[in-house]
Amino acid sequence: MNGLGLAFSDAFALLAGFDRRVAEIVLLSLQVSGLAVLFGTVLGLPLGACLGVGRFPGRQALVVLLNGCMGLPSVVVGVVVYLALSRSGPLGKFGLLYSPAAMVIAQTLLVVPLMAAIARQVVEDAWRDYEEELTAMGFGWADSVRVLLHDCRHSLLVAVLAGLGRAMSEVGAVMIVGGNIEHSTRTMTTAIALETSKGDLPLAVALGLVLLAVILLLNGIAHALRQWAMRRYA
Amino acid sequence: MFPLTVRELRWAAGGRQVLDGLSVDLGGEGITILLGPNGAGKSVFLRMLCGLLEADGGSIDWGTGARPARGIAMVFQQPRMLRDSLLGNVELALRPLGVPAAERRARAQAVLERVGLAGRAADSARGLSGGERQRLALARAWITRPRLLLLDEPTASLDPGSVDAIERIVREIRTEGTRILMTTHNLGQATRLADDVVFIDAGRVCEHAPVQRFFARPASQAARLYIQGELPWRMAF
Repeated sequence: MNGLGLAFSDAFALLAGFDRRVAEIVLLSLQVSGLAVLFGTVLGLPLGACLGVGRFPGRQALVVLLNGCMGLPSVVVGVVVYLALSRSGPLGKFGLLYSPAAMVIAQTLLVVPLMAAIARQVVEDAWRDYEEELTAMGFGWADSVRVLLHDCRHSLLVAVLAGLGRAMSEVGAVMIVGGNIEHSTRTMTTAIALETSKGDLPLAVALGLVLLAVILLLNGIAHALRQWAMRRYA
Repeated sequence: MFPLTVRELRWAAGGRQVLDGLSVDLGGEGITILLGPNGAGKSVFLRMLCGLLEADGGSIDWGTGARPARGIAMVFQQPRMLRDSLLGNVELALRPLGVPAAERRARAQAVLERVGLAGRAADSARGLSGGERQRLALARAWITRPRLLLLDEPTASLDPGSVDAIERIVREIRTEGTRILMTTHNLGQATRLADDVVFIDAGRVCEHAPVQRFFARPASQAARLYIQGELPWRMAF
């Protein structure tokens, strides 16, 4: 068996044996990315919807800025959060650096613009359709945002999935602000990077397989939900 | 009903004067049908009354100063329905009025009954046919108990059965004292529904007359040609 085959067979053995190291890393990754996406949903979707519906001076500039932030380099976000959370930084007194909380903050900053930009496009398209109806009924812009967020909920799943994909696959920012500390801040991506550099390929492959499986599973669920919604709401 | 006196309304778009000094008195009761060729400015006028467009000039006197914040509803030629049930779509219209949820539901159920859609209350509104969709749009407007109802070609592209259903609902809404302004190109429908007819051409009111007189003795040349089916407005192509 060659090296790759050996790595895969050992990786499957790790997974089949419910290796504690693997489980711990996967769990932390899911917690950190899940929380980041939750905050991204709470902050990013309404922000995007407000930009989709609202008409105010400077809106176009904000849209350009938001779209630009979709490609924000994660290491830049990592450095900014690091500076903010370091002992001499403005948030240093909270002692969050090298903790899962710091990783959640960094990932939230990464996913909010992405989710907001997608939500803005989805809601703006819907607003073109509904603007006259909702305005004629007496809805103000804030109420219209609420109605459209609910109406576009199935399309907005794409934004949530994109956020989740970005958060789970992200390595630069969490490495900088989390420090990749074993049993504390080691996520799937940082562990894969570390174990590969150490030559421990089975663990890296096992974590890679779990990462792929999680992303595929969530996409599958989202796809099924959208299919159901399309049948239910024509 | 509001006094609703419109004077010298003007509105332009894309370099074209769509409303060009439109003046008309629409106080009173019943159903007024707005007739006129495509592009005459009928739909723009309704949107202005609904508050969706701002006039470039002229005035609309509602008798109370500013346009009333409530009591005006509009049904569009192609109504949009949320991805929700029929009940949810009808209830929606009561939300800006601050009606409690339980009352919203009861009133929505009742109005769906009146437009013949109660049996499908839980179905998706996106799955309705064109005629059903217009009945739902009428229910959504009716549930707010409007004093003024604006209907922008609500029966365009509908089959005769659906047109009849819509006309029956419009008549029923009228019996509750709602003032109705409606645009249509269906002259038969105008004779069946209207108390009076406003004929608009090139952004101006050419004629405003009771329905029998309008069709028997149209006073303006434009209205006469329109009724006869002659189309001097036809574009050269």
